[in-house]
Amino acid sequence: MTRQKKIEFGIDSFGDIARDNNGNLLSGAASIRQVVKEAVMADKLGIDAIGLGEHHRFEYAISSPEMVLAGIAGKTKHIKLASAVTVLSSGDPVRVYQRFSTLDALSNGRAQVILGRGSFTESFPLFGYDLRDYEILFEEKIELFARILKETPVSWEGTTRPSLDEADIFPKTESGKLATLVGVGGSPQSVIRAAKYGFPLMLAVIGGSPRRFKPLIELYHRALKSNGHAIQPVGIHSPGFIAETDREAKELFWPLFKLHHERVGRTRGWPNITREQFEQEISQGSLYVGSPETVAQKMAATIRMLDIERFDIVYGFGPTMVGDRERMIELYGGEVIPRVRALLGEE
Amino acid sequence: MSGPATIGIVGAGKLGIVLAQLCLRAGYEVYISGSGDPSKIALSVEVLAPGAQAVTTEKLAKKAGLVILAIPLKNFRHIDSSLFSGNIVVDAMNYWPEVDGELSDIIPGEMSQSEEVQRYFASARVIKALNHMGYHHLLDEARPRGASRRKAIAIAGNDHEGVVVVAQVVDAIGFDALVIGDLASGRALETGMPAFGANTTESELKKLARP
Repeated sequence: MTRQKKIEFGIDSFGDIARDNNGNLLSGAASIRQVVKEAVMADKLGIDAIGLGEHHRFEYAISSPEMVLAGIAGKTKHIKLASAVTVLSSGDPVRVYQRFSTLDALSNGRAQVILGRGSFTESFPLFGYDLRDYEILFEEKIELFARILKETPVSWEGTTRPSLDEADIFPKTESGKLATLVGVGGSPQSVIRAAKYGFPLMLAVIGGSPRRFKPLIELYHRALKSNGHAIQPVGIHSPGFIAETDREAKELFWPLFKLHHERVGRTRGWPNITREQFEQEISQGSLYVGSPETVAQKMAATIRMLDIERFDIVYGFGPTMVGDRERMIELYGGEVIPRVRALLGEE
Repeated sequence: MSGPATIGIVGAGKLGIVLAQLCLRAGYEVYISGSGDPSKIALSVEVLAPGAQAVTTEKLAKKAGLVILAIPLKNFRHIDSSLFSGNIVVDAMNYWPEVDGELSDIIPGEMSQSEEVQRYFASARVIKALNHMGYHHLLDEARPRGASRRKAIAIAGNDHEGVVVVAQVVDAIGFDALVIGDLASGRALETGMPAFGANTTESELKKLARP
């Protein structure tokens, strides 16, 4: 089957504190430099995009994705530079726009801001926001952000930041529009909100069968239409680990994924994940773990089933050794992506 | 099909939509409400759970003998406490610290969550169920009765008839029903307990949900 759509492939990182090849944990600073190194590799390999998440937790080094992306901008030529995601609820839309339009200038138009609510909430107390305002903060700020994107003076009044009176905001982009997407975790209302503003959609598909997102994509298309917007691209973001063989990938990834699950589970009251659940996530769920061929087959199946335009793989969970991270990027860019393109019948 | 013919689901988020899909598939008539005007959820319901009817929570309470609460825990007190008079009310809510804030602000005192929900909806028959399995597992794991490795859902309640009815619904939507005891013992299913998040068979769940 030949697909008409050209698909983009990305890699996403939260700037996890990595380990060197002797097993010692890197500092936050070294972990950030490692991501920059990997982005340069990805650019040379022809990977289309890198997405960096904003977090405020001990296990992640990146709290200011656009700063790291600016560092990457100076060392790369083609790769798109995305936040994945920018937690808009606890940020200021004016500053977010300014930082990303600056990044867009530095990178000759490669900046992408992916707006989201984030799956963690540490940023709320950190920046003085009340979790009780969770809904209104995002609702108001995305509305303001959509107005700022028009790049004409903005007048705005709301409850979550000071009002603006014909405020002109700089720098403006060369293209006239900063690439802006919305990242959602699967809530129908979030999908409808993205459609209301006509923003392209990125779905975080991090557990269970990706099939359940098919109706959400239909909902997105229907909501775009009812708001008078043209059809926009949809992408997904899912975790993975690639090594030479299935066995090696699973054995290396299992302790890392288990640790990640325990850390997040501790704050959310989950029990620990079992090996059986891990294997099931690989065979039927949303973990893309294995040899290049195994991962390529699974990715192609998901892309076909959901009929999407972008696939970002989340790499480097927890204290992954830098050698394993770099090898994964080489295998992903060098083998998996060309294989997926071939499976999908692209040129 | 057995038990009630009509089910009302309060909450049209991730869990509410999945429950609506499962109940529709099992042949129930399904009503679903969000916060406020049903027009806000109409498109989601039409696309994601076709056949379910988007209504106000007030209308849902009148139409459905069995009501499932699938809203953020901190919001249950926003519902009129006398609305579910006589209804069987399934507490499928979970405390999620990141969104709900301090637990003691929502559930003061020593009672289990569902006992507190029962105290608030004093004239309803509150049953704890459908909370411990993640919503995407509910969707992926539903199996017909007798299927091998069919997963189980734990139920806790004081109202005997209510427990029986909820067990029938659990079976009809694709899971073995495991009754673990009264509402107080429902604590074993709450956030942070061994059975929380459990996606497993009846015999395994029995071990995890021990009080």
